[in-house]
Amino acid sequence: MKRTPLYGAHRRAGAKMVEFAGWEMPVQYSGVIDEHVAVRTRAGLFDVSHMGEIVIRGPGALELCQKISANDVSRMKLQQAQYNLLMNEKGGIVDDVIFYQIEPNHFLICVNASNSDKDFAWIEEHAEGNVELENASSRYAQLALQGPLAEKILQPLTSVRLNEIAPFFFSFGEVSSIRCLVARTGYTGEDGFELYCDSVEAERLWKTLLASGVPMGLEPAGLGARDTLRLEKAYPLYGHELDDTTTPLEAGLEWVTKLAKGPFVGREVLLKQKQEGIRRKLVGLELLDPGIARSEYTLFKNGRSVGRVTSGTKSPTLGKAIALAYVAIDEACLDNTIEVEIRGRKTRAKIVPLPFYRR
Amino acid sequence: MEFPEGLKYSKEHEWVLVEGNTATIGITEFAQEELGDIVYVELPEVGEKVVKDDPFGAVESVKAVSDVYAPVGGTVLEVNDVLPDNPETINDDPYGDGWMIRVEMTDEEDLKDLMTAEEYAEYVEQQKEDEDEEEEEDEAEDEEEK
Repeated sequence: MKRTPLYGAHRRAGAKMVEFAGWEMPVQYSGVIDEHVAVRTRAGLFDVSHMGEIVIRGPGALELCQKISANDVSRMKLQQAQYNLLMNEKGGIVDDVIFYQIEPNHFLICVNASNSDKDFAWIEEHAEGNVELENASSRYAQLALQGPLAEKILQPLTSVRLNEIAPFFFSFGEVSSIRCLVARTGYTGEDGFELYCDSVEAERLWKTLLASGVPMGLEPAGLGARDTLRLEKAYPLYGHELDDTTTPLEAGLEWVTKLAKGPFVGREVLLKQKQEGIRRKLVGLELLDPGIARSEYTLFKNGRSVGRVTSGTKSPTLGKAIALAYVAIDEACLDNTIEVEIRGRKTRAKIVPLPFYRR
Repeated sequence: MEFPEGLKYSKEHEWVLVEGNTATIGITEFAQEELGDIVYVELPEVGEKVVKDDPFGAVESVKAVSDVYAPVGGTVLEVNDVLPDNPETINDDPYGDGWMIRVEMTDEEDLKDLMTAEEYAEYVEQQKEDEDEEEEEDEAEDEEEK
């Protein structure tokens, strides 16, 4: 199993470790709910060094990025970040990623840990012209400082003017003399920053941030809280809501899919699907009866199977059981009541607007 | 970690308090700690039959669901009504207010393969040692890497 540079620090902090996408990662320190609440009300610090980084640069970089992805990379400003989808020929999603435009024709792509090798091979396969590709995943560590107090905690440690970094923009600078890419991005639905630094500096950055933030209520947070936080905000998780066979139109990611930008891999399939209409759709569910819907549970309406749950939990913020699910299009309307089969028992659930939580 | 004397313990980390023909069942402190924050509990109905070593209910943390196995067979006499609305009671007081069900035992023989507090403490220690050994191996590897 792979380990991040912070493995020892997590162990010493008493974290419970689990396997995730081939990595040994902290799932919790003090407890999932406690860490979840810390991020919503103060701040949490996540080690997300398992995430992969791929660099595309050279005169043909923009053209390649446009070809392999659904969003319009040409509309990005310098030092802007963009949520994007790497697409396959069938209109399915290879990965959901963040593009960072460092310079014209120089992009850093943050990819899911489980997909980084697949993504890199797939980009290589599509690369042509004058581009240079690098799988830089092992060079970078990544820490996510998330929560309403994130800026207050980070500002004293850096000369970067954080209030000048708008959401989905980034800047380079030193945090306590460690060179970082400081991005105002995240996966929790709160304000916050993602810091990319050299792997060898990771532990020092982690300790510095905790030393500065703990007096203000910062807590280390694990993958357990990361999952409940993203689910309240209805951010998809690759392997659950998204995979090689789901299309962006089905996943509610039409806003990322710029069909008018020109040719890209999978576009023809998506144009056809848009014209013919989708057959299933990702929806939000709130359970009306006691119970918790979990990934892969089956959905029913009038005894007929109409879909499956992709993620579910009890929302710590809302105190209700929530879930994301793919539902047959004729049943996928707001307020429709369907049933989730939980260990042989049918439990009523209502389709509700997304996200479940808005700050 | 506490393992009260006088209770019987199963390998699946349930405890049993035997009073005459009645068995009160819950999960151990070790089990609740491994699960983390418990947010939902599923219990059988009064009058239902539970079968030794079969699941009679479930406890769910925010992360995952775990079955709870019947350490003895019998008929459910009572379920803990506090748990549906306050599942965290199991985290707070696993051997007291966090009890799950009370059953009328069908066969006292069922108690035979359960552990005493002392035996269970050893069993948990063994499980932890196995984890620690992995950790020590890890640390040795780390040293080598350095």
